[in-house]
Amino acid sequence: MDVLQLQKQFVDYRASLYHEGFLDEQFTQLQELQDENNPDFVVEVVSLFFEDSERLLNELTKALEQQSIDFKRVDAHVHQLKGSSSSIGAQRVQKVCIAFRNYCEEQNIEGCLKCLQQVKHEYSLVKTKFETMFQLEQQILTAGGSIPV
Amino acid sequence: MVLGKGASSSLSMNKVDGAEEMVDNSNNFTVLVADDDPLIQKLHEMHLKKFGLKVQVVENGKKAVDLCHFGATFNLILIDKEMPVMDGAEATKELQAMGVNSLIVGVTSRDSPYEKQAFMEAGLDYCFEKPLTADKINFLLQELNKNN
Repeated sequence: MDVLQLQKQFVDYRASLYHEGFLDEQFTQLQELQDENNPDFVVEVVSLFFEDSERLLNELTKALEQQSIDFKRVDAHVHQLKGSSSSIGAQRVQKVCIAFRNYCEEQNIEGCLKCLQQVKHEYSLVKTKFETMFQLEQQILTAGGSIPV
Repeated sequence: MVLGKGASSSLSMNKVDGAEEMVDNSNNFTVLVADDDPLIQKLHEMHLKKFGLKVQVVENGKKAVDLCHFGATFNLILIDKEMPVMDGAEATKELQAMGVNSLIVGVTSRDSPYEKQAFMEAGLDYCFEKPLTADKINFLLQELNKNN
Protein backbone atom coordinates (compact mmCIF):
# COMPACT_ATOMS: atom_id res chain seq x y z
CA MET A 1 0.00 0.00 0.00
CA ASP A 2 1.34 3.43 -0.80
CA VAL A 3 1.46 6.38 1.56
CA LEU A 4 -1.72 7.99 0.26
CA GLN A 5 -3.68 4.79 0.71
CA LEU A 6 -2.26 4.31 4.21
CA GLN A 7 -3.17 7.86 5.09
CA LYS A 8 -6.72 7.41 3.80
CA GLN A 9 -7.05 4.18 5.74
CA PHE A 10 -5.90 5.97 8.88
CA VAL A 11 -8.24 8.95 8.44
CA ASP A 12 -11.21 6.67 7.79
CA TYR A 13 -10.37 4.51 10.77
CA ARG A 14 -10.02 7.45 13.10
CA ALA A 15 -13.30 8.93 11.84
CA SER A 16 -15.05 5.64 12.52
CA LEU A 17 -13.90 5.75 16.14
CA TYR A 18 -15.65 9.07 16.62
CA HIS A 19 -18.67 7.88 14.71
CA GLU A 20 -19.03 4.75 16.85
CA GLY A 21 -18.67 6.76 20.04
CA PHE A 22 -15.31 5.32 21.08
CA LEU A 23 -13.70 8.74 21.03
CA ASP A 24 -14.97 12.25 21.60
CA GLU A 25 -13.82 15.86 21.33
CA GLN A 26 -11.45 15.47 24.24
CA PHE A 27 -9.27 13.15 22.14
CA THR A 28 -9.14 15.82 19.44
CA GLN A 29 -7.82 18.29 22.04
CA LEU A 30 -5.20 15.74 22.99
CA GLN A 31 -4.03 15.42 19.39
CA GLU A 32 -3.86 19.20 19.08
CA LEU A 33 -1.47 19.30 22.01
CA GLN A 34 1.03 17.09 20.20
CA ASP A 35 3.70 18.89 18.19
CA GLU A 36 7.28 18.50 16.90
CA ASN A 37 8.63 19.09 20.40
CA ASN A 38 6.39 16.38 21.85
CA PRO A 39 5.79 13.95 18.99
CA ASP A 40 4.81 11.05 21.25
CA PHE A 41 2.50 12.94 23.52
CA VAL A 42 -0.69 11.13 22.52
CA VAL A 43 0.88 7.69 22.76
CA GLU A 44 2.34 8.56 26.17
CA VAL A 45 -0.95 9.80 27.54
CA VAL A 46 -2.88 6.84 26.16
CA SER A 47 -0.28 4.50 27.70
CA LEU A 48 -0.89 6.16 31.05
CA PHE A 49 -4.59 5.56 30.52
CA PHE A 50 -3.91 1.86 29.88
CA GLU A 51 -1.85 1.60 33.07
CA ASP A 52 -4.41 3.50 35.14
CA SER A 53 -7.31 1.47 33.81
CA GLU A 54 -5.71 -1.93 34.24
CA ARG A 55 -4.80 -1.12 37.82
CA LEU A 56 -8.29 0.21 38.57
CA LEU A 57 -10.05 -2.74 36.93
CA ASN A 58 -7.98 -5.10 39.07
CA GLU A 59 -8.85 -3.15 42.19
CA LEU A 60 -12.52 -3.14 41.25
CA THR A 61 -12.54 -6.89 40.67
CA LYS A 62 -10.96 -7.48 44.06
CA ALA A 63 -13.26 -5.04 45.83
CA LEU A 64 -16.39 -6.63 44.37
CA GLU A 65 -15.23 -10.13 45.34
CA GLN A 66 -15.21 -9.27 49.03
CA GLN A 67 -17.75 -10.84 51.38
CA SER A 68 -18.70 -7.43 52.61
CA ILE A 69 -18.37 -4.92 49.80
CA ASP A 70 -17.01 -1.48 50.58
CA PHE A 71 -19.07 0.57 48.12
CA LYS A 72 -17.25 3.76 48.93
CA ARG A 73 -14.01 2.15 47.87
CA VAL A 74 -15.61 0.78 44.71
CA ASP A 75 -17.03 4.22 43.97
CA ALA A 76 -13.64 5.85 44.46
CA HIS A 77 -12.06 3.53 41.89
CA VAL A 78 -14.88 4.03 39.37
CA HIS A 79 -14.62 7.76 39.90
CA GLN A 80 -10.94 7.64 39.00
CA LEU A 81 -11.61 5.53 35.95
CA LYS A 82 -14.31 7.93 34.86
CA GLY A 83 -11.85 10.79 35.28
CA SER A 84 -9.09 9.29 33.19
CA SER A 85 -11.39 7.97 30.48
CA SER A 86 -13.05 11.38 30.13
CA SER A 87 -9.66 13.09 30.03
CA ILE A 88 -8.55 11.19 26.96
CA GLY A 89 -11.93 11.09 25.30
CA ALA A 90 -12.71 7.39 25.80
CA GLN A 91 -16.40 8.14 25.75
CA ARG A 92 -17.89 4.64 25.95
CA VAL A 93 -15.79 3.73 28.97
CA GLN A 94 -16.78 6.99 30.63
CA LYS A 95 -20.49 6.32 30.03
CA VAL A 96 -20.36 2.91 31.70
CA CYS A 97 -18.58 4.52 34.66
CA ILE A 98 -21.46 6.94 35.10
CA ALA A 99 -23.95 4.06 35.33
CA PHE A 100 -21.53 2.17 37.55
CA ARG A 101 -21.39 5.03 40.05
CA ASN A 102 -25.18 5.13 40.24
CA TYR A 103 -25.23 1.45 41.21
CA CYS A 104 -22.55 2.11 43.83
CA GLU A 105 -24.70 4.81 45.33
CA GLU A 106 -27.63 2.40 45.49
CA GLN A 107 -25.30 -0.29 46.88
CA ASN A 108 -26.67 -2.55 44.17
CA ILE A 109 -24.26 -5.50 43.95
CA GLU A 110 -25.77 -7.03 40.86
CA GLY A 111 -25.76 -3.72 39.05
CA CYS A 112 -22.14 -3.16 40.02
CA LEU A 113 -21.06 -6.58 38.83
CA LYS A 114 -22.87 -6.04 35.53
CA CYS A 115 -21.15 -2.69 35.09
CA LEU A 116 -17.79 -4.16 35.92
CA GLN A 117 -18.20 -6.66 33.08
CA GLN A 118 -19.36 -3.90 30.77
CA VAL A 119 -16.53 -1.55 31.61
CA LYS A 120 -13.95 -4.31 31.16
CA HIS A 121 -15.48 -5.04 27.78
CA GLU A 122 -15.50 -1.39 26.70
CA TYR A 123 -11.97 -0.89 27.93
CA SER A 124 -10.77 -3.91 26.00
CA LEU A 125 -12.49 -2.63 22.84
CA VAL A 126 -11.06 0.88 23.06
CA LYS A 127 -7.61 -0.47 23.86
CA THR A 128 -7.68 -2.52 20.67
CA LYS A 129 -8.92 0.50 18.71
CA PHE A 130 -6.10 2.69 20.00
CA GLU A 131 -3.50 0.02 19.29
CA THR A 132 -4.79 -0.38 15.74
CA MET A 133 -4.75 3.37 15.23
CA PHE A 134 -1.18 3.66 16.49
CA GLN A 135 -0.13 0.79 14.23
CA LEU A 136 -1.65 2.58 11.24
CA GLU A 137 0.26 5.73 12.22
CA GLN A 138 3.47 3.75 12.44
CA GLN A 139 2.89 2.26 8.98
CA ILE A 140 2.48 5.75 7.53
CA LEU A 141 5.66 6.98 9.18
CA THR A 142 7.59 3.90 8.06
CA ALA A 143 6.42 4.50 4.50
CA GLY A 144 7.81 8.02 4.75
CA GLY A 145 4.51 9.84 5.09
CA SER A 146 3.18 12.19 7.73
CA ILE A 147 0.17 11.67 9.97
CA PRO A 148 -2.87 13.57 8.66
CA VAL A 149 -4.32 15.97 11.23
CA MET B 1 -7.86 28.14 17.68
CA VAL B 2 -4.22 29.08 17.39
CA LEU B 3 -2.18 28.01 20.38
CA GLY B 4 1.17 29.44 21.27
CA LYS B 5 4.03 27.13 20.36
CA GLY B 6 5.29 26.86 23.90
CA ALA B 7 7.70 29.78 23.94
CA SER B 8 6.59 32.23 26.55
CA SER B 9 7.62 35.20 24.52
CA SER B 10 5.44 34.45 21.50
CA LEU B 11 2.66 36.83 20.64
CA SER B 12 -0.51 35.41 19.19
CA MET B 13 -2.06 37.11 16.22
CA ASN B 14 -5.56 38.49 16.36
CA LYS B 15 -7.76 36.46 14.06
CA VAL B 16 -9.53 38.57 11.46
CA ASP B 17 -12.48 36.33 10.86
CA GLY B 18 -14.39 37.34 13.95
CA ALA B 19 -13.02 34.68 16.25
CA GLU B 20 -12.18 35.69 19.78
CA GLU B 21 -9.25 38.00 20.30
CA MET B 22 -6.16 36.05 21.20
CA VAL B 23 -4.59 36.49 24.57
CA ASP B 24 -1.04 37.77 24.57
CA ASN B 25 1.14 34.72 25.27
CA SER B 26 4.13 36.75 26.38
CA ASN B 27 3.26 36.26 29.98
CA ASN B 28 5.41 35.17 32.83
CA PHE B 29 2.57 33.56 34.68
CA THR B 30 3.41 30.59 36.84
CA VAL B 31 1.04 27.76 37.59
CA LEU B 32 1.05 25.10 40.26
CA VAL B 33 -0.87 21.94 39.35
CA ALA B 34 -1.88 19.73 42.26
CA ASP B 35 -3.27 16.34 41.17
CA ASP B 36 -2.46 12.77 42.13
CA ASP B 37 -3.17 11.24 38.72
CA PRO B 38 -0.08 11.11 36.45
CA LEU B 39 -2.34 11.19 33.39
CA ILE B 40 -4.00 14.43 34.52
CA GLN B 41 -0.63 15.86 35.55
CA LYS B 42 0.78 15.24 32.07
CA LEU B 43 -2.31 16.53 30.33
CA HIS B 44 -2.63 19.72 32.35
CA GLU B 45 1.07 20.45 32.15
CA MET B 46 1.00 20.16 28.37
CA HIS B 47 -2.15 22.22 28.00
CA LEU B 48 -0.75 25.01 30.15
CA LYS B 49 2.70 25.00 28.55
CA LYS B 50 1.04 25.46 25.15
CA PHE B 51 -0.22 28.77 26.44
CA GLY B 52 3.28 29.84 27.45
CA LEU B 53 2.72 29.24 31.14
CA LYS B 54 5.43 27.96 33.46
CA VAL B 55 4.17 24.87 35.23
CA GLN B 56 5.09 23.05 38.38
CA VAL B 57 3.34 19.83 39.39
CA VAL B 58 2.75 18.26 42.81
CA GLU B 59 0.77 15.13 43.63
CA ASN B 60 -1.09 16.15 46.76
CA GLY B 61 -2.43 19.10 48.71
CA LYS B 62 0.21 18.95 51.39
CA LYS B 63 3.02 19.40 48.87
CA ALA B 64 1.17 22.38 47.40
CA VAL B 65 0.82 23.97 50.82
CA ASP B 66 4.44 23.23 51.75
CA LEU B 67 5.75 24.77 48.53
CA CYS B 68 3.88 27.99 49.20
CA HIS B 69 4.81 27.92 52.85
CA PHE B 70 8.47 27.83 51.90
CA GLY B 71 8.12 30.90 49.73
CA ALA B 72 7.22 29.68 46.25
CA THR B 73 4.72 31.96 44.56
CA PHE B 74 2.35 31.19 41.73
CA ASN B 75 -0.09 33.31 39.77
CA LEU B 76 -2.45 30.37 39.45
CA ILE B 77 -2.97 27.23 41.49
CA LEU B 78 -4.98 24.45 39.84
CA ILE B 79 -6.09 22.08 42.49
CA ASP B 80 -7.80 18.71 42.27
CA LYS B 81 -10.35 17.87 44.91
CA GLU B 82 -9.54 14.19 45.47
CA MET B 83 -5.93 13.70 46.55
CA PRO B 84 -4.25 11.59 49.19
CA VAL B 85 -2.48 13.00 52.28
CA MET B 86 -4.32 16.33 52.00
CA ASP B 87 -7.25 16.86 49.64
CA GLY B 88 -8.05 19.92 47.57
CA ALA B 89 -10.57 21.46 49.92
CA GLU B 90 -8.27 21.29 52.93
CA ALA B 91 -5.30 22.53 50.92
CA THR B 92 -7.38 25.44 49.62
CA LYS B 93 -8.36 26.44 53.14
CA GLU B 94 -4.73 26.36 54.23
CA LEU B 95 -3.57 28.34 51.21
CA GLN B 96 -6.20 30.99 51.83
CA ALA B 97 -5.28 31.11 55.51
CA MET B 98 -1.66 31.66 54.48
CA GLY B 99 -2.83 34.58 52.36
CA VAL B 100 -1.30 33.39 49.09
CA ASN B 101 -1.63 35.90 46.31
CA SER B 102 -2.76 33.39 43.69
CA LEU B 103 -5.87 32.63 41.73
CA ILE B 104 -6.96 29.32 43.24
CA VAL B 105 -9.01 27.21 40.87
CA GLY B 106 -10.48 23.85 41.68
CA VAL B 107 -10.52 21.18 39.00
CA THR B 108 -12.78 18.32 39.87
CA SER B 109 -14.38 15.29 38.32
CA ARG B 110 -17.05 15.34 40.98
CA ASP B 111 -20.22 16.07 39.09
CA SER B 112 -22.66 16.78 41.89
CA PRO B 113 -23.35 20.54 42.24
CA TYR B 114 -23.37 20.00 45.98
CA GLU B 115 -19.79 18.73 45.98
CA LYS B 116 -18.69 21.55 43.69
CA GLN B 117 -20.33 24.04 46.05
CA ALA B 118 -18.59 22.51 49.06
CA PHE B 119 -15.27 22.79 47.26
CA MET B 120 -15.96 26.43 46.33
CA GLU B 121 -16.72 27.18 49.96
CA ALA B 122 -13.22 26.08 50.91
CA GLY B 123 -12.09 29.32 49.28
CA LEU B 124 -11.76 28.74 45.55
CA ASP B 125 -11.94 31.58 43.08
CA TYR B 126 -13.38 29.25 40.44
CA CYS B 127 -14.19 25.60 40.08
CA PHE B 128 -14.07 23.72 36.78
CA GLU B 129 -15.01 20.24 35.87
CA LYS B 130 -12.26 18.05 34.47
CA PRO B 131 -10.85 17.92 31.96
CA LEU B 132 -9.09 21.20 31.46
CA THR B 133 -9.69 22.60 27.99
CA ALA B 134 -8.23 25.41 25.92
CA ASP B 135 -11.37 27.52 26.55
CA LYS B 136 -11.01 27.24 30.30
CA ILE B 137 -7.34 28.14 30.18
CA ASN B 138 -8.11 31.12 27.96
CA PHE B 139 -10.65 32.28 30.48
CA LEU B 140 -8.15 31.95 33.34
CA LEU B 141 -5.48 33.77 31.37
CA GLN B 142 -7.87 36.64 30.87
CA GLU B 143 -8.50 36.74 34.61
CA LEU B 144 -4.78 36.69 35.30
CA ASN B 145 -4.21 39.49 32.83
CA LYS B 146 -6.88 41.54 34.57
CA ASN B 147 -5.36 41.08 37.99
CA ASN B 148 -1.74 41.63 37.02
